[in-house]
Amino acid sequence: MMKRVPVLALLLWICLLFYVGTWIFLSGFLLVKVEVNRNSSCKDKPFSKQDSSHTEHFCWSEPRFKRAVILIIDALQYDFARFDPEIKDPRPFQNKLGVLSEVVASRPAHARLYPFRADPPTTTMQRIKGFTTGSLPTFVDVCSNFGTNAIQEDNLIHQLGQNGKRVVFMGDDTWENLFPNQFHRSLPFPSFIVKDLHTVDNGILQHLCSTVESSDWDVVIAHFLGVDHCGHRYSPDHHAMADKLTQMDQVVRSVIERLQNDTLLVVLGEHGGDSQKETDAALFLFSPSALFTVGQEKALQEVVPQIDLVPTLAQLLGIPIPYSNIGKVMVELFALGSPEDGSAQERRQAEALWINANQVNRYLDTYSLANKDLSPMILAHLKDMFLLATTEYKTLFGGPLAGGPEHSSRVQALIATLQLYLNQVREMCQASWARFHPLRMAVGNAVLATACALCFITSDFADVVGASYRRLLWIPVVSGTVAGGGFALWQFSTGSEVEVLSSLGMAALVSQLSFFWNFCRRKATRVFVHQPSDLLNATADAAQQRPALTWPSIPLTIFFLRCASLFSDSYVVVEGRVVTFLLSTLAIYIPVQMNWAGRLLLPFEAQKSAPPCLPLQPSTPAASSSYKKESLTLLGCTGFLVASLYSSHFFHGCRDEQGNCKPSAFLTPLSGLRDIQLRNFRYLLSVSSVVAWVCLVRRWMRHYGNMNSKSPAVLVARCGLPLVATFVSLYWAMSSAPAEDFGNLQEVVRLALLVFPRAVYVLFGLGVAVVCWDPLTVFLKSRKEPAPSLLPPTYRASTGVSLQAELQHLIPHIYQRMRKSLRAGEREGAGREDDGQPTMEAYGLGTVYSAPLLLVLALLGLVLAMLHPEGLMLSFVLLLLQACAILHMHSAATSLSTPGSRAGCVSVSWAAVLMWGLAATQFFYSTGHLPTFPSIQWNSAFVGLSEVHAGHLAPALLVTLNTFSSQILFAVSCPLLLLWPLVCESTKAGKRGRRAGEGEDGEEAVMEMKLREDPDRFSTALLQLGARYLFIHGAQLLASVCSATILRRHLMVWKIFAPKFIFEASGFAVTSVCLLLGLALVMRVDSAVSDWFKRLIPAHSR
Amino acid sequence: MKDIEIKGMVSAHCIIALSIVMATIVPAVLLDDFSVYGTHLVWLYICTAGVAAVNIAVYTLLGVSPPAKKNTLSHKVAKVSKSCLYFMFSCLLFHGIVVLYGAPLLESASETFSFAVLLSTFTTLRCLCILGPNVQAWIRVFSRNGAMSIWDTSLQITTASSVTGAWLGAFPIPLDWERPWQVWPISCTLGATLGFVAGLFIAPLWIHWHRKQLTYKSK
Repeated sequence: MMKRVPVLALLLWICLLFYVGTWIFLSGFLLVKVEVNRNSSCKDKPFSKQDSSHTEHFCWSEPRFKRAVILIIDALQYDFARFDPEIKDPRPFQNKLGVLSEVVASRPAHARLYPFRADPPTTTMQRIKGFTTGSLPTFVDVCSNFGTNAIQEDNLIHQLGQNGKRVVFMGDDTWENLFPNQFHRSLPFPSFIVKDLHTVDNGILQHLCSTVESSDWDVVIAHFLGVDHCGHRYSPDHHAMADKLTQMDQVVRSVIERLQNDTLLVVLGEHGGDSQKETDAALFLFSPSALFTVGQEKALQEVVPQIDLVPTLAQLLGIPIPYSNIGKVMVELFALGSPEDGSAQERRQAEALWINANQVNRYLDTYSLANKDLSPMILAHLKDMFLLATTEYKTLFGGPLAGGPEHSSRVQALIATLQLYLNQVREMCQASWARFHPLRMAVGNAVLATACALCFITSDFADVVGASYRRLLWIPVVSGTVAGGGFALWQFSTGSEVEVLSSLGMAALVSQLSFFWNFCRRKATRVFVHQPSDLLNATADAAQQRPALTWPSIPLTIFFLRCASLFSDSYVVVEGRVVTFLLSTLAIYIPVQMNWAGRLLLPFEAQKSAPPCLPLQPSTPAASSSYKKESLTLLGCTGFLVASLYSSHFFHGCRDEQGNCKPSAFLTPLSGLRDIQLRNFRYLLSVSSVVAWVCLVRRWMRHYGNMNSKSPAVLVARCGLPLVATFVSLYWAMSSAPAEDFGNLQEVVRLALLVFPRAVYVLFGLGVAVVCWDPLTVFLKSRKEPAPSLLPPTYRASTGVSLQAELQHLIPHIYQRMRKSLRAGEREGAGREDDGQPTMEAYGLGTVYSAPLLLVLALLGLVLAMLHPEGLMLSFVLLLLQACAILHMHSAATSLSTPGSRAGCVSVSWAAVLMWGLAATQFFYSTGHLPTFPSIQWNSAFVGLSEVHAGHLAPALLVTLNTFSSQILFAVSCPLLLLWPLVCESTKAGKRGRRAGEGEDGEEAVMEMKLREDPDRFSTALLQLGARYLFIHGAQLLASVCSATILRRHLMVWKIFAPKFIFEASGFAVTSVCLLLGLALVMRVDSAVSDWFKRLIPAHSR
Repeated sequence: MKDIEIKGMVSAHCIIALSIVMATIVPAVLLDDFSVYGTHLVWLYICTAGVAAVNIAVYTLLGVSPPAKKNTLSHKVAKVSKSCLYFMFSCLLFHGIVVLYGAPLLESASETFSFAVLLSTFTTLRCLCILGPNVQAWIRVFSRNGAMSIWDTSLQITTASSVTGAWLGAFPIPLDWERPWQVWPISCTLGATLGFVAGLFIAPLWIHWHRKQLTYKSK
């Protein structure tokens, strides 16, 4: 019996180690915040002043300004904005924005310039989010409605709209996505093209001044991109930057000239990045009416956090502060009043701060109800502080106005307390939402790295590991569980909170260490264990062991390059092309290496009179022709593979970062096409691809005689597969036509759009269930003529090609004859021609393992294709063909490199596994996917589901299936790498000599039956294959985790590396699950085959 | 015997390498506004022509190529025309492979083809010079036991290093450094050229280093 449970358990354990490592890293890297979707409004009474001495015609506070102009100059650093007259020879970016300093110097009560800092993570979108909502940006804001970019949290723009302010926007079109339909007027310009310095800016300039002069607005927001693009394109030290800054100078000047007294001007730079210098942007405030108290300026302005702008602007404009704001008002802006009346100034400041503190306190209350990630102790402390301040505020300002120095000092103390409170709130939130957790990241990296090493060892010493599951699987698992459980218990007993994460990390590390320790001991003692038991096997193993230690260096290099490419943002952007480049290198490497080893072309070797380095050189003409055929197959498949790699580029989508790139036309759904003829043509193309898909699979099965029997699995292939294909095509037909074409039938169409996909799901489920229940596709046929000898019934795997019913009887006989005569010709000196006359013939036994696998794959492929835009069916057919080419290359290479010996057949080379793994990534891109969140194909979420009652689980599952369809297909079909060389052997099965001294005389196990003959080796080979495939994906995951760790302060981390890491991690999870399912299916087939033999052969045969 | 051969190889390789250096320096002196990046194709053609001429001259003078069985004029003409045909064919083959590796198909096709010609000069032309127009022999040379003289070994090394250089040359293209040499096909041609030159120097050194292990069978 073959070891099934231990193999799966070992692989599952490795997967779990990877999951734990990823999870620990994730918890330290991705900072999650729950969005609170509540809005502030004027009616929130607690914020209005207790004394209603005057009527409240305003909201929370009295507005200081009616209107505001907000100019956002992307990447305007503080250095750019300062004017230093002492610099004699200014660099291109220095001293160009003279207007800011000029105004500050000449009108100190009206203007001030601050350094301005954004919190990481800082992509443009997140920064805009930061200074409109006043909340700290995190990478993943858990919100109810993912898939759209629109800001769900309460924000300034929303509040402005609520309170009847007309907001006019112009510039970067990111705003339009973030605040759809919230502007009174908007003039968005595309922001993608980094090389274009002028489009956005000139667009704004055309409209800005005329807008400011008109009266049709309350708030104008203009977002300039030129400076940022210039910085990216040329670097700040370029004369283009000087031109750009001079232009901005003119803009600010002309806006200042046109401002009226009730208007506030805010100029702010915004930029994120690594160093202090890059993060500190400039903030400039100006108003024609007095804004500051003169004489209070400090020599060095303190840095204003980005979010502080939100409550400040809200209070200056007299609108409610957004609900989720945790910023602090800039108090010096509220110190207005007659300069001699200090108490009035302080009163205003205290009021502004108190309103702010009230709002923050309310937000913290709501947030701590929704999520527990803020420390309760600090929260309680803050609450106390706030209550004290409230009481003090009420006693100070609740009653009649008092005066005197004592009162004044108490007010100042109150202001200080409120400021301290707000600062502490922000610090707490930053610690929880905006800071990495280095220890967790390090532990996650360590667990992942060890898991990779473990995976590599398992794959290279699969025979060692396979021989001692007790030591190498159960002991580590048990010790890990004990360690993790003990750690949790210790935490529990000492009274602190039980951290699941740290216990899991502990468990993973301990079990890994235990594996390595046991492995080293096992390896030391192994030689003595093995040799006495079966000498022959052990020596064969030892011979096999040596080359297993040296990894072929070129595949290693290519894989190393692949992993290294994940560390560069440019390579991640063009990853689809990087992978095909490396894959075609690998494809060309294989025949070149074959030639180098002298295995590709026999004739030359034959001329060279059989060099001694090649054992068992077949020199008969038959063998040489077989050689030639294999070589031709290899070369042909290489050519086809490279061509299909090239054509897979036609299905790629485009990232924002790729400048002049057009997404593939196949990615647009057919319903989006206007041209009817084109649409029909494209539909026909898709349907013919479906037909091709089904025909290819059925043809393969028929070729290997898997379509003859009457078993349910064959029924699935005969009827289920075409039926699924029909439903898929019908669904596409329904969904591709525009709704208005149907007129009265719209209801029917809507029903059909639900029914067809559901029918596909049901058929798929049924098909897979049937295949799992009875996976055998073997047709058994008794021989008509009685057997000449009285041998027990034996089996024979045959490739009966029986296309028509009447031929079914004829061809097997002819085939048997041919084989017999061939064998007779082959065997030299052995006079046993007429032994092993079989009494039974089994058709399709040679592919008994791969046929069900292929059948499931065909069904799965159709379901996955249905979730994609119709045009991508073409890409799926390409995937099938390319996978086939890789398999043929692999089997040809295997049989060329191990002529005559069978040892290599059950071990899959690194090159083949690597090609398989890279192809999975390649088709991730060629099915139109990209590792970015906006590019997820959300349409697939509701295929066959009504949008109302769908819930969350089913759409999420469908989107996962859609996104990782390539990884799923390649992972499930991974066992084919092991089976295919044996399947391909059938072409030369007749030429193979018999094995001596094994089993009954008449038995000749061919093709996949060879695996059944040797269950131990089969299970070892499955283990090795699984571990290698996991290693390929696990090492890529490790590389992306490392890149995210090392480059966590990189400018592009939140735009490129973090999404890449998340896609890689989810891809790994999907891959590992599907790999286990594929292996489990093969094992299910194996058990079914065993049962079948038990029924077929009476006890004496085996 | 072997030492003399290695010395001959060193001088031959030096001359070939010198031709590349001259192809870079001489036009820069003679022509106005010549630069390797700016007028890349001009440099490429001059370099190709120089290397081709020097290669043919050196190997004809050295008499490395296999002795012709019939030394008649018609035979020679047939051989030369066959060589030209092979060279053209290898240019097309390299062009196809480079396109399949991701070079643009239609735009800058002339650059791609020039690059293919350069690669053919570094690899196929040397095969033609050393082995003659004999595909069987070419395939034989590129196997582990296939080298039959130190020239075959040097051919293995230079070919492998020029192809590897061209392959490595593709790496900087996607990076966002905005350098002039990142434009297709400059980095690849430079990579191939550097690889070729490196191969020219490595080959005699390697042969010298392994002269004990290298045993050549007679043809």
